[in-house]
Amino acid sequence: MRIPPSITQKIAKISLTLACASAVAALVFVIGFVLVGGLKHVTWAFLTEPILDMGRAGGILPAIVGTILMVFVAIGIAAPLGIASAIYLAEYTQEGKVTQTIRFGINCLAGVPSIIFGLFGFILFVVMLGFGWSIISGGLSLAAMVLPTIIRTAEEAMRAVPRNYRDVAASLGATRWQVVTRAVLPYALPGVLTGVILGIGRSIEETAVVIFTAGSAVQMPRSLFDSARTMSVHFYILAREGISNDNAYATAAVLICTILVINITAYTMMHRLMRGRRAA
Amino acid sequence: MTARMKNKIEILDLSVRFGDAVALQGVTLNIAENEILSIIGPANSGKSTLLMAINRMIERVTNATVEGSVLLGGQDVAAIRDVQELRRRIGMVYAMPIPLPMSIRDNILFGPRLVRRLRKSASDDLVEQTLVASYLWDEVKDRLDSSAVKLSGGQQQRLCIARTLAVGPEVIMFDEPCSGLDPISTAKVEEAMKELKARHTLILVTNNTKQAARVGDRTAFLLMGKLIEVDDTNKIFTAPGDKRTEDYVTGKFG
Repeated sequence: MRIPPSITQKIAKISLTLACASAVAALVFVIGFVLVGGLKHVTWAFLTEPILDMGRAGGILPAIVGTILMVFVAIGIAAPLGIASAIYLAEYTQEGKVTQTIRFGINCLAGVPSIIFGLFGFILFVVMLGFGWSIISGGLSLAAMVLPTIIRTAEEAMRAVPRNYRDVAASLGATRWQVVTRAVLPYALPGVLTGVILGIGRSIEETAVVIFTAGSAVQMPRSLFDSARTMSVHFYILAREGISNDNAYATAAVLICTILVINITAYTMMHRLMRGRRAA
Repeated sequence: MTARMKNKIEILDLSVRFGDAVALQGVTLNIAENEILSIIGPANSGKSTLLMAINRMIERVTNATVEGSVLLGGQDVAAIRDVQELRRRIGMVYAMPIPLPMSIRDNILFGPRLVRRLRKSASDDLVEQTLVASYLWDEVKDRLDSSAVKLSGGQQQRLCIARTLAVGPEVIMFDEPCSGLDPISTAKVEEAMKELKARHTLILVTNNTKQAARVGDRTAFLLMGKLIEVDDTNKIFTAPGDKRTEDYVTGKFG
């Protein structure tokens, strides 16, 4: 017996709506849960005071600073390196054995558990290069971790730009580099930035890599060679060791707000940029 | 008329292969200064390949091999060190209008800006001059800063012509420039071509034999990568020398 198309259409519509609704519901629930539990403990003092008594008292300023610095180092290295690699793969090589191998490697790296990057960072940056547990070691390891994501998204975004644009630019006398900078990158920018934002998100939320490579000092870092903890690590330690549930929730709330703010700012900026370009 | 005029482009025994597939086979053809040469022929006869070999866009195709030579003003294009310069001298208008997603003005200035910064007055002049030449000025002069993508297909194609003109080419190649356009837009594009002839050499690849008859001074007929014949357009359409040409222009095949 065949089910009539009008029925399959109804079933499809209902199940797709339900799937989407449950995804959104899960997101709202998680965020709401953390914000409700945490926001009431977030005060100005919590944001601006040093960590006291291992986190039982005081604030989380060092963790906030640690987070910002580490993400800056990570993205400051991974974004230029990743975008450059993506340009190379998408625009400067012909598809062949070599690019396939590189891409396979990148895909494998993207699937490697973060703890492995932690171990790698510990061995290379902390021990061999002698950076010790520090923001720089943490940032470099995080950079290695997010690099595959940034390369993949940027490359896909560039490949999505119509081939025509490249031909037109080249036929008007653009060098390969001018083709990239004037006919490809401007239109791939939203996709490229999405990769960078994903990278920022992953760096902020990461704990394993940071514990292995940056340690978990509670003091305010004075240089990039000091050990520091990020908010995620702080939260993990507070919750894992049962130090202070309230402060753990508060930290999580700040963490989530930070991620929301970064995402909203990035997407607004991108939207403005694109609207400006289209109107121009 | 052909022998008396100076040759702008000389194509000597040109063959092109993509991997093992032969796209052009021993084509020898001259294009005189300030003429419009139409190139007709069925699909896959090598028309577009010929254009790509002339401005060396073919180098962007991985598996292409080119033999023979193309001379531009007596100089072998393969010997031109700066391929970008070659492409500024030989402009190209594609089959589908491809406006870049930016303003009308920025589209036109895209090429010139690749080589130098332009002062406002100079760029305004260039925009007006090229749009007038491509028969688009009157329709867009009040909205030069609005998006080029919003123009109609015919307007986009004339914008593409203006954009090509802006880099100051000596030769302009049109690759089926009207294949997606309505008859009125087509007429405007053809009008522009006839005007451009005064200062440029034009090569028009077209699937539309009537268009070739309307605009071309001379017409070349390509079939399966070989040049069957080239002669004055009138002659090609009334008394062609080769049976295959006759069959094609009278619509027996292709």
